[in-house]
Amino acid sequence: MIKRLFELMRLMVGVPDYDRFVAHQRAHHPDVPMISRAAFIAERQQARYGGKSQNRCC
Amino acid sequence: MLRSVMWGGVAVLGAGALGVIALHQGESINALWLLTAATCVYLIGYRFYAQFVAHRVLGVDGTRVTPAYRRDDGLDYVPTHGGVLFGHHFAAIAGAGPLIGPVLAAQMGYLPGMLWLLVGAVLGGCVQDMVVMFMSTRRSARSLGDMIRIELGTGVGVLAQVGILMIMLILLAVLGLVVVKALANSPWGTFTVLATIPIALLMGVYMRVLRPGRIGEGTMIGLILLLLSIVYGGDIAADAYWSDVFTLQPTTLAWALIIYGFAASVLPVWLLLAPRDYLSTFLKIGTVLLLAIGIVLTQPELKMPGLTKFIDGSGPVFAGALFPFLFITIACGAVSGFHALISSGTTPKMLASENHIAPIGYGAMLCESFVAMMALIAACALEPGLYFAMNSPAALIGTSAEQAASTISSWGFLVTPELLTQTARDVGESTILSRTGGAPTLAVAMAQVLSSFLGGQSMMAFWYHFAILFEALFILTTLDAGTRVGRFMIQDFLGQVSPALGNTRSWVGNLLATTLCVTGWGYFLYQGVADPLGGINSLWPLFGIANQMLAAIALVLVSVVLIKMKRERYVWVSLAPLTWLLICTLSAGWDKLFHDDVRIGFLSHAAKFKAALAQGDVLPPAGSLAQMQQIVINDYVNATLCATFMAIVVSVAILGLRAGLRALRVPSFTAQEEPA
Repeated sequence: MIKRLFELMRLMVGVPDYDRFVAHQRAHHPDVPMISRAAFIAERQQARYGGKSQNRCC
Repeated sequence: MLRSVMWGGVAVLGAGALGVIALHQGESINALWLLTAATCVYLIGYRFYAQFVAHRVLGVDGTRVTPAYRRDDGLDYVPTHGGVLFGHHFAAIAGAGPLIGPVLAAQMGYLPGMLWLLVGAVLGGCVQDMVVMFMSTRRSARSLGDMIRIELGTGVGVLAQVGILMIMLILLAVLGLVVVKALANSPWGTFTVLATIPIALLMGVYMRVLRPGRIGEGTMIGLILLLLSIVYGGDIAADAYWSDVFTLQPTTLAWALIIYGFAASVLPVWLLLAPRDYLSTFLKIGTVLLLAIGIVLTQPELKMPGLTKFIDGSGPVFAGALFPFLFITIACGAVSGFHALISSGTTPKMLASENHIAPIGYGAMLCESFVAMMALIAACALEPGLYFAMNSPAALIGTSAEQAASTISSWGFLVTPELLTQTARDVGESTILSRTGGAPTLAVAMAQVLSSFLGGQSMMAFWYHFAILFEALFILTTLDAGTRVGRFMIQDFLGQVSPALGNTRSWVGNLLATTLCVTGWGYFLYQGVADPLGGINSLWPLFGIANQMLAAIALVLVSVVLIKMKRERYVWVSLAPLTWLLICTLSAGWDKLFHDDVRIGFLSHAAKFKAALAQGDVLPPAGSLAQMQQIVINDYVNATLCATFMAIVVSVAILGLRAGLRALRVPSFTAQEEPA
């Protein structure tokens, strides 16, 4: 429950679950070097706010 | 059996609440009746209509693999828990629009606004959001623009793209205007909003350099500093020297916003935009929850009548009769075209099952409509005289409390000058007269609701500035993010002329596109600020028309795709709201262009000033012949914009009709879905 709440709060600002990303990379792209949590968040910030996607409303 | 009894109960309760409202005309009524009626209507809409559309019309298939699984990459495409995704989607669609529109619409009484919020959401807005989300999910989570291009052709795609860019610019201008109106001559508000910039910078550095990736900690620190800035803003406003420093004129604020918009949108996103968006997102959700709890606990009486005499179009807040201007004004809380962009964006990339489309697409919009209903209730719970004092331009009610009170009392809304000055003192402002734009009204209303159960009278000023800060923070973040989005759209267009300018890594192209975007919204913002009738009067209807136009475009797409899916039997589900939106936007657009009343029609207003100009007369508000000339030019620009919106929506409707008729003759399924 608490875990879901934190997941929700992170997703509200556009940051998906890092552990899930790590699991996905391990399973599907084991040859690609893993990025740190901080780098993951930085990448997500650029994707959300860079201007290429519309994620805000009136 | 038990279920039918329960739903029967909900229906009876809703009908009963609506009946009480209908019988209470002419006397005050408790907000709880509106909340009960609304909740029952929403529940029934969700249980019956949303399920009908999802299962009968669309044929959602819970076993079908969604893009989140098909393309799972742990980043954009992530199968997400339904409840979590609902929260994400609601946070993305909730904005300032549904809070402002209903406050402005309150000048006609609570009844028209309430009814349109219910009917518009249940039959129009929620359906649009849900069906667009469904269609995007079936097309690898494509955007609205892409879907229009693929299903309706490149021509319609370009038209829609132009429309989206224009609505973006007018949205940024009108939101900027709301901030200017809220902060003008308010040292407390200006200080707290300015303080958000260093706070966000500090958070940005904290989350990037000091404790990389710790966004929870950073946000907590930011929120605490934010609350402190509201508390100490009161001392700033009380200090003779500092209150002078932070007392800014509307035009100064407009320039500050324009410069800010330019500067902020070229900074790296982690430094200012991302941290401020974190603050604004949590503040927004928190405030909405707080307001809901407040209204349920305090159960205010609505003092505004059900219907006022201003349904004839003579109202001081915005000009224009109930039809079509009420529908244009409420916009977002009932039907919002912008949601079609969000519903086709990030959310479909995270849907774990098509079965989540109804609760998330339809359900989140119901919540948005509920938020709009609370804004309407809060505004109508104010003393009507106070409401009109805050929302009427100085050109109508004058600048002293005595003048304002006597003018407004002569309209039939009795109010004393003492109430006006006392309210200003309670919320820590020098005056509350002509604080147009909706945000200050909502802030006073929220302060009354919240202080009556949290902190009492002495906390009113805190809650007022808390509400102003929440709206301003949200809007500033939108200005920044919207300018970046607008820049990309402009570069997209520039790229078709010259590939070099379209290159998003080119400094020249970047700078040019940013300048064009900021100039675009800055022009309308400045014009609105200089307008003696308050600016909201001309800009908000333009925004409403643009927003409803976008909804109409989305519904054209939905209708054509339904026919291509061979579901033409059910195409009325989207054709009915589409027809209504077309009637509203086109007749509102026509009135804004050609109405004889100079407060409504841009062209008659221009003609009046042109005639005076030819005589060499200077009409107020203009102070010189040059300003007269400027007013005429502004009118023509607004008229051109309005005509363009109408031309776009008519062309899309005609091209859509053609595509629909063609699809009708084809006996097989021709929609471009990704195969299951």
